[in-house]
Amino acid sequence: MGLKSKDLLGMKQLTAEEIMEILDTAKTMKLVLSSANKKTSHLQGKSVVTLFYENSTRTRLSFELASKYMGSASANISTSGSSVNKGESLLDTARTIDMMGTDIIIMRHNQSGAPHFIAPHLNASVVNAGDGMNEHPTQALLDMLTMYERFDTFEGKNIAICGDIYHSRVVRSNAIGLSKLGAKVSVYGPKTMMPVGIEKMGVRIADSVADCVKDADAVMGLRVQLERQQKSLFPSIAEYSHFYAITPEMLALAKPDAFLMHPGPCNHGVELPTAVYDCDQSVINEQVTNGVAVRMAVLYLLMARRNNL
Amino acid sequence: MKTLIKNIKILGSDSDKIFITDGKISEAFDEASADEVIDGKGATAVPGLVDMHCHLREPGGEYKETIATGSASAAKGGYTSICPMPNTNPTADNAAVISGIIKKAKEADKCRVYPIGAATVGINGELIAEMGLMKEAGIVAVSDDGHPIKNAGIMRKVMEYASDFDLPVLNHCEDKSLSEGAMNEGEVSTSIGIRGIPTAAEDIMIARDIILSEYLDIPVHICHVSTKGGVRMVRDAKARGVKVTCETCPHYFTMTDKCCENYDTNFKMHPPLRTEEHRLAIIEGLKDGTIDAIATDNAPHHQDEKDCEFSVALNGILGSETAFALGYTYLVKTGELSLEKLVDLMSKSPSDILKLGRGTMNIGDDADIALFDLEHEFTFDKNTMLSKSRNTPYHGWKLYGETILTLMGGKKTYEKLQ
Repeated sequence: MGLKSKDLLGMKQLTAEEIMEILDTAKTMKLVLSSANKKTSHLQGKSVVTLFYENSTRTRLSFELASKYMGSASANISTSGSSVNKGESLLDTARTIDMMGTDIIIMRHNQSGAPHFIAPHLNASVVNAGDGMNEHPTQALLDMLTMYERFDTFEGKNIAICGDIYHSRVVRSNAIGLSKLGAKVSVYGPKTMMPVGIEKMGVRIADSVADCVKDADAVMGLRVQLERQQKSLFPSIAEYSHFYAITPEMLALAKPDAFLMHPGPCNHGVELPTAVYDCDQSVINEQVTNGVAVRMAVLYLLMARRNNL
Repeated sequence: MKTLIKNIKILGSDSDKIFITDGKISEAFDEASADEVIDGKGATAVPGLVDMHCHLREPGGEYKETIATGSASAAKGGYTSICPMPNTNPTADNAAVISGIIKKAKEADKCRVYPIGAATVGINGELIAEMGLMKEAGIVAVSDDGHPIKNAGIMRKVMEYASDFDLPVLNHCEDKSLSEGAMNEGEVSTSIGIRGIPTAAEDIMIARDIILSEYLDIPVHICHVSTKGGVRMVRDAKARGVKVTCETCPHYFTMTDKCCENYDTNFKMHPPLRTEEHRLAIIEGLKDGTIDAIATDNAPHHQDEKDCEFSVALNGILGSETAFALGYTYLVKTGELSLEKLVDLMSKSPSDILKLGRGTMNIGDDADIALFDLEHEFTFDKNTMLSKSRNTPYHGWKLYGETILTLMGGKKTYEKLQ
């Protein structure tokens, strides 16, 4: 039991078996979450630190709650409240946290590869909570948990992802993780936001939103950062929502029992009309709950590995 | 002063001895009359190598490298002539800075240092620099290196004015409006989430410079070509008679962008490592004569500038101490090039582009000689480097062609401890 690596850097580093173990563990953790007394002792006497160089609401809070539900001492560092602003290097900051006896460091950073860079230098386990445009593995795991609760298997399932593919670490982690479990991922977005060679990651590039979501078992919208308009990646919000949004008509092209996901935060009326966000097929709010369960599972399995060594 | 080097193989000669009298290659003399006899132990003697593109960092970057350490590092690689780029601080865009570089180089006395002057003031791409005065001070070419002149009108004026002084213009071709990334754009950059630099960024400026060269009938030299398209355009232009020359670097024929997969910043440089298709095109360009020279683009950086996040790390790798061994191991041992061709690409050919008069071992020439052990494999160890920096991706590589001895004007500038 446990994970092979000291760290959770990305879906790239996980095997299909490890992914399934995390998802199965997360299902158990969800029972804890739904109980009256949300407390376990798995992390008692352990310490977890979140080190966030980028803003976050749900990822950070869900990690923090997950660690507290499991009894760990936990602390938070953000760019505004530490020596980061005094120009300390990432590695020095990470080593400082490490030398305080921290068991797990959960880091979000705006540079791809930042957790990969620090992890080999630390005793603590490093969990990637989003690095630049590279990966966001716990988001993909919570997305997959949400699917796993509805699918008996990932094999052959069609997953459609629409939006800003280029900048999305959520897409990369989902594409890698879902492909490892046999699902078929289709992506679509403006060509200005489509990275070169994405098809080599095992995904299909669709021709349109309709082509992407047709016969999908699950449909995922992505947040489009509105400031991208200033970089000429799309001409206007009106045009974006007209051609690239997941409308009720588009969602109707998916399988009848398909469900709609979004990693949040959502720009209502841009990538998703509010009516779609709130529709019966939407599981967006449940994804948030699953985020806590998956993060409990990840912390539990990483700690199990540490305890066994 | 008479020196005899014996028990060696000599490129292009059946002799096993080189005779040096007062710093110059001379007619044979009696071994008994030699002041010094060096036993080459079967190593191969070639003309001292010429690096037409390196960075010595002085003035301004002495924490990375100095002219003294950079020259010593080059001598360890078998180089006797090196051409530092002008991106120093202050910029080498005036005769005073050039004179200072040459003075320091003479004090160090490890390599002949032929500075390259800035093409424009402050390498800003706006006003042409004092090329004539810099030539009087000792420059052999002009370049804005990593800050290529983006304005085609300024580039035209630089080429025209430089040609008045018979100064070659060397251009690092990169359209920066296309290259806001940290590695080659492609499957690997997408997979690891690093912004990419498309080959088109390089190709567009190569095309522009070839067009200007052809229109003006003035030579232009393309620095460190890394793309298949660049090789093709230079090949086609040469066939039409355009006066274009180009260089590449060992990293472009030994590695690909796959090396960046683990975010190791020692694989980060400009232009970036490309894909296998481009690597093979570079080798093809070396074989058919499209590429005129192998330079190092030796770029020392401090540990703190490399031991950080990939996109934050500075561009560039060390190359002086590995260039010949990489060329020998990856081009000659593999049968792609003859040893003669490799040595020409690394000595006489770049010397000819810059009109340095180096790269030969004829009687009467300055005794600029490098001895390489071509027989024994060695493991390259970054901890043995003479550079002040350690940013090499080649640590631990098994190579052939270790430097045994380097002589500049008959004087030992590097000798491997036995």
